[in-house]
Amino acid sequence: MTVETSPVIRTVLPGSREASATGGAPPAGPAAGPVIETRNFDLWYGAQHALKSVSLGVPARSVTAIIGPSGCGKSTLLRSFNRMNDLIAGVRTSGQVWVSGADVLAPATDVVALRRRVGMVFQRPNPFPRSTFDNVAFGLRLLGIRDRGELEARVEQSLRRAALWDEVRDRLGHSALQLSGGQQQRMCIARALAVDPEILLMDEPASALDPTATARIEELALDLKSRYTIVVVTHNMQQAARISDLTAFMLNGELVEVGETRSLFTRPRQKLTEEYITGRFG
Amino acid sequence: MSRARPETPARLEIRGPASARRLWNAGLLASCWLAAAVVILPLALIVWHLLARGLAGLNADFFLRLPKPVGEPGGGMANAIAGTLILVGLGALFAVPVGVGAGVWLAEYGRGRLATVVRYTADVLAGVPSIVVGVAVYGLVVLPMGRFSALAGGVALGILMLPTIVRSTEEVVLLVPRSYREAALALGAPRWRAIQDVVVPSAAAGIVTAALLAVARAAGETAPLLFTALGNRFWSARLDQPIASLPTMIYDYAKAPYEDWNRQAWTGALVLLVLVTLLSAALRLALRRLPGRSPR
Repeated sequence: MTVETSPVIRTVLPGSREASATGGAPPAGPAAGPVIETRNFDLWYGAQHALKSVSLGVPARSVTAIIGPSGCGKSTLLRSFNRMNDLIAGVRTSGQVWVSGADVLAPATDVVALRRRVGMVFQRPNPFPRSTFDNVAFGLRLLGIRDRGELEARVEQSLRRAALWDEVRDRLGHSALQLSGGQQQRMCIARALAVDPEILLMDEPASALDPTATARIEELALDLKSRYTIVVVTHNMQQAARISDLTAFMLNGELVEVGETRSLFTRPRQKLTEEYITGRFG
Repeated sequence: MSRARPETPARLEIRGPASARRLWNAGLLASCWLAAAVVILPLALIVWHLLARGLAGLNADFFLRLPKPVGEPGGGMANAIAGTLILVGLGALFAVPVGVGAGVWLAEYGRGRLATVVRYTADVLAGVPSIVVGVAVYGLVVLPMGRFSALAGGVALGILMLPTIVRSTEEVVLLVPRSYREAALALGAPRWRAIQDVVVPSAAAGIVTAALLAVARAAGETAPLLFTALGNRFWSARLDQPIASLPTMIYDYAKAPYEDWNRQAWTGALVLLVLVTLLSAALRLALRRLPGRSPR
């Protein structure tokens, strides 16, 4: 991993960004620069200034954790990467967000296409009230895949990647609501993976789960980073330390510090970071 | 540690006398029970009364025969039963698609002036007396067509069903958890797919219940049918002709000076009640099998 401190990441490849912005081409190969990048990104909920000039780069095929106390803007930042904040009335933004070289905030951006490339897993498992199979196949059917064989193959593949196949293979036709909370969350991960995204956003994916289920989600995140770029929001610092390569610390809407996880936790450069990770507030 | 311990710790007194608080509690509870009983009472009285007076006339002929001319005993209301089903079916055919569509639109996109107007209109419509709806449809459908018809009756019933369906659909669609919408949109579903594939199926049970409520209410409406479907003593399933219905026939038979007809009116009322009850029971049963049932 060639991740360095944030100032370096922020300034990587301005040229390529320009090029891909005009060309709209998919990203270059792995590790060619940040897959997600924000630059002086501000966001307001009405009058509330929720994100303040956030500049962050997320490298490919790694796990990046965003930590910080409740209300610091970490989920808001995450939801900016696939424009889920569009659903909230009164949101305004300024600055730039780039995902795989595409300007996410541009008016011409196809939000539907963006979200197919950027999967998301939410805090509470949110299976649709239908069968496990139909849940995982949902995104595939959106893509117009009707062939039963192909659907079955890709559902199985996704469930295997989410380490859930062996547990549900005999009850794919049963309601997903009958699964345990941890299984539901892994099913939601499988559902997101089924459409083959490049990026997986996880918004406190384990905060509603018990420790065993949490451990499985964490293992899964580590396992998936060989294939996907993962950004995980968590207020569990141990979790961030266990699974992430890069950690970003946010406070009151500002990105205080971002760096390699080990060094951020052992030698934080900012006083605020040190106070937070030593539990003096938050 | 020089302070002396109290010799006997103050005992917690939990066996108080029947205090005012307890009386108050008992009194309130009793009044709640009473209120609940009073709610059940009207229905119980209706059912009891209908059974007592209407059961006597209940036989196969009632369901299979047409009305007999005055003075001839026997006969039934077969045409009225079929007519009611046709009228209510027509009304639902008009009102359910429009009502559900409008309700979903209000819930999902319902901001701005148009939405306010639609909501307000639905609320006002709900308060319009049914006889006024009948007169309006008389002017709008019956006069241009030049005759009373099943079609006009269906339109009148549809208008009566509409407000309930619109506002109830809006409410149940708003109840669909936001997480479902988010999940669908995050998977790259366009808004309309999220609504069509996730939101509406999840609210289906509530939507059907709403439609059912509206249909059940409309099935018993008499006034709007008097000026539209009119009634018919003979068999007719044609939409452009007057058609019989249970409510109008009950109305005619109940005010008629013939004891035989009065008896049949009671039986008709009983059948109407059973019909509506069966309809809602059947649909509720069917709903249990619906995949989109809410998890609660």
